[in-house]
Amino acid sequence: MSVIGKIVTLLRGSARELGESIVDANGVRIYEQEIHDARNAIAQAKNDLTGVMAKEMQSARKIERVRTEIERLENLAIEALDKEKPTLAEEVAAQIAEQEAELDRQTQLHADYALQSTRLKDLIKASEAKVREHEREVQMARATESVYKATQSISENITSSGSKLIGAKESLERIKKRHEDLADRMAAADTLDRELGAKALEIKLAEAGIGEDAQRKEKVMERIRARREAATEGKA
Amino acid sequence: MKSLQERLGGLDAVLSARLGGTPISLQPIPGEIPVIQTVIGGREELPIFITVSDDQILCICHLWTDGEIIPEKRPELLELLLDLNPAIPLSSFGRAEGRYILYGALARDARIDDIANDIAALSDNAIDALDALSDYLS
Repeated sequence: MSVIGKIVTLLRGSARELGESIVDANGVRIYEQEIHDARNAIAQAKNDLTGVMAKEMQSARKIERVRTEIERLENLAIEALDKEKPTLAEEVAAQIAEQEAELDRQTQLHADYALQSTRLKDLIKASEAKVREHEREVQMARATESVYKATQSISENITSSGSKLIGAKESLERIKKRHEDLADRMAAADTLDRELGAKALEIKLAEAGIGEDAQRKEKVMERIRARREAATEGKA
Repeated sequence: MKSLQERLGGLDAVLSARLGGTPISLQPIPGEIPVIQTVIGGREELPIFITVSDDQILCICHLWTDGEIIPEKRPELLELLLDLNPAIPLSSFGRAEGRYILYGALARDARIDDIANDIAALSDNAIDALDALSDYLS
């Protein structure tokens, strides 16, 4: 059964069991062992495959060599017959027969190696699929368990802090209210700044005869009078 | 393996910067597995819980409980949640222990920036979802 299938079954049953786990702790250990074994099997199979494929290539080369040799010997036998040396031709024929036996042996070996490498490739594919499936199973089991336990902690925390005794609607209202308060405060500050901004305030203060600006004209007049008096005194 | 708190080092600063300087508090909560509670200033009612398993980081925001759903509107709400799921960026609806949640899942090796991004989106989405779906709640 698929992992999600197992979770669905558990959900339909008792939700309590979900925390107990999709695959119990022992199951997880078994899966982990299987993943480990399958990984080893894959490594071994890959190693074997390299050897088998090398032998497959070697036997292919050998077959090629034997075929060339048979052709060469056949040509020699024909030449011997042409030169009317039947005994010699028969000796060559005996060698060809030996080479043919070798060819049969190598062809059989080659077929065996090819079959072995196909089997090893299938084994690797199957083992990889097994590893993926088990890993997914363990991952999902752990994720479900972890979410369940986290949710338990969160629920307990929410209950004990009393923060969620108020409902979702109330929570939303409070957040919105706070947001509106902030927006209102910002709008009010804005208005205030426009009505009684830095400049407006300075002007009002000056009008009331308070601050630097209010006395500026007087100060300038004082300075001019002082210079004039100094100049008059100099002339005198 | 690094503790969840170490893993989330600097998250408060990054998240706060992303939210324009909003104060952020990260607080571990007691329990069998590590869970960190993230509280965003001004959104104290909707904390975000961060937990980590072998393969993923989950950021969870609790929306409402089973009991809060108006019974006759329940089937419609459930279908709506399914329809909404693919449309909401980064966050998905779910249910755990009778509580409806909005959550984001990240790879275990996600960067702090990505986690902050997910949490900011989750918080916005949660408020948005509550606002949009409050007609279904009592």
